Amino acid sequence: MSREELAEEKNPMEDFLRMDRIPHIWCPGCGIGTVVTSFADALKKSELDLDKVAVVSGIGCTGRVAGYVKFDSFHTTHGRAIPFATGLKLANPELKVVVFSGDGDIVGIGGNHLIHAARRNMDIVVICVNNFNYAMTGGQVAATSPMGANLSTAPYGNFEYPFNLPYLVETCGATYVARWTSLHIRRVTKSIQEALAKRGFSFIEVITPCVTLYARRNRLGDGLNLLKYYYDQSEIQHGADTRTVGIDYQGKLIVGKFVDKEKPTFLDGMNTHLQKVLGEKYVPYGVKP
Amino acid sequence: MTIRFGNLRPKKGNIHINKERCKGCGFCVEFCPRDVLELSEEFNKKGYHPPRVVKADECIYCQLCEAICPEFAIFVTLKKEEEKGEESESRP
Ligand SMILES: Cc1ncc(C[n+]2csc(CCOP(=O)(O)OP(=O)(O)O)c2C)c(N)n1
Ligand code: SF4
Ligand code: SF4
Ligand code: SF4
Ligand SMILES: [Mg+2]
Repeated sequence: MSREELAEEKNPMEDFLRMDRIPHIWCPGCGIGTVVTSFADALKKSELDLDKVAVVSGIGCTGRVAGYVKFDSFHTTHGRAIPFATGLKLANPELKVVVFSGDGDIVGIGGNHLIHAARRNMDIVVICVNNFNYAMTGGQVAATSPMGANLSTAPYGNFEYPFNLPYLVETCGATYVARWTSLHIRRVTKSIQEALAKRGFSFIEVITPCVTLYARRNRLGDGLNLLKYYYDQSEIQHGADTRTVGIDYQGKLIVGKFVDKEKPTFLDGMNTHLQKVLGEKYVPYGVKP
Repeated sequence: MTIRFGNLRPKKGNIHINKERCKGCGFCVEFCPRDVLELSEEFNKKGYHPPRVVKADECIYCQLCEAICPEFAIFVTLKKEEEKGEESESRP
């Protein structure tokens, strides 16, 4: 076999993955892997220096991403991906810091960190895989579980009000907010690209099938059924009022880019303020000379 | 009749499947716009049915199968004779 032929046999994703850890743990028909490819594709297209990209995850099925991608990455404790990412960004403002984790991790146990990172307009990108449950631990009710859905801790159906994530993060101050399903491959890629190119707090929610727990408990078929169902239920409404994009059980999914605006980041605010107060003697932090 | 726009020609792809890595989810088979693939009867070591190529000539190098595969088990390269054509990407 010639050199060229050998090179051809390598899946292009292998450049972005720690191949000694593949195959991954995700179930057949789980959608998380597709979102990882969209992310890698966005990085490829962004032409960022990949040595200056860091990926941070918390715990969960989605949380495994940090362990699979071949970047500087960190698999933090449950819920703490955003504070870890915040520290990373502030200690080394040159980095593009991406949080890639699940709904339970980011919005459940890590919810407090989420709202404050958005409030401070921390310059990080958050990719939140929403599969409507705590998948890794057995399909418990999450802060995103739609009312009426059956979950292991709601065997008669969930009666709690779920969070509407785009509305939550927009209200808190996020400057880029989008939602897609994992089958909107090119649109997920484009949103991640836009978020990577932007300064400020970006949040991308990706509705993704969890076949083993959410689909099985609710008798929604396999991964393929759920993937198609979510896609078919989607209605693209760019710029939609985020108050109107809440998710009902098996209901319509409003997707699109909802927010894309400019606002000084945490570091911008700090520099402007301290320059004003301290004058000449203040050396701006994290600004390229 | 094939309609041509300038020197743009339909692209053709070579499909590479890593059968052992596949978990038989069927995403690539279902969403290929040209029905190039089908799930085979054969089992891989893990007991899944990997896809096989049934209409190789129909492949238009859209790379959707590559983009959608959650297992990073399938990818497509541009067929050699087409390589001089313009670069374009047509992922969904
Ligand atoms: C402090 C702490 N509490 C609870 C857990 C158990 N735990 C592990 S993963 C997880 C939920 C993950 O849900 P999500 O972030 O939605 O990820 P998914 O598995 O759905 O992708 C929980 C509660 C833990 N690991 N650490
Ligand atoms: S339990 Fe659900 S989210 Fe976790 S790998 Fe399986 S299908 Fe995916
Ligand atoms: S590249 Fe496109 S046409 Fe070719 S097999 Fe894959 S999905 Fe089908
Ligand atoms: S998408 Fe990937 S894992 Fe699923 S059947 Fe096709 S090759 Fe196998
Ligand atoms: Mg989850």
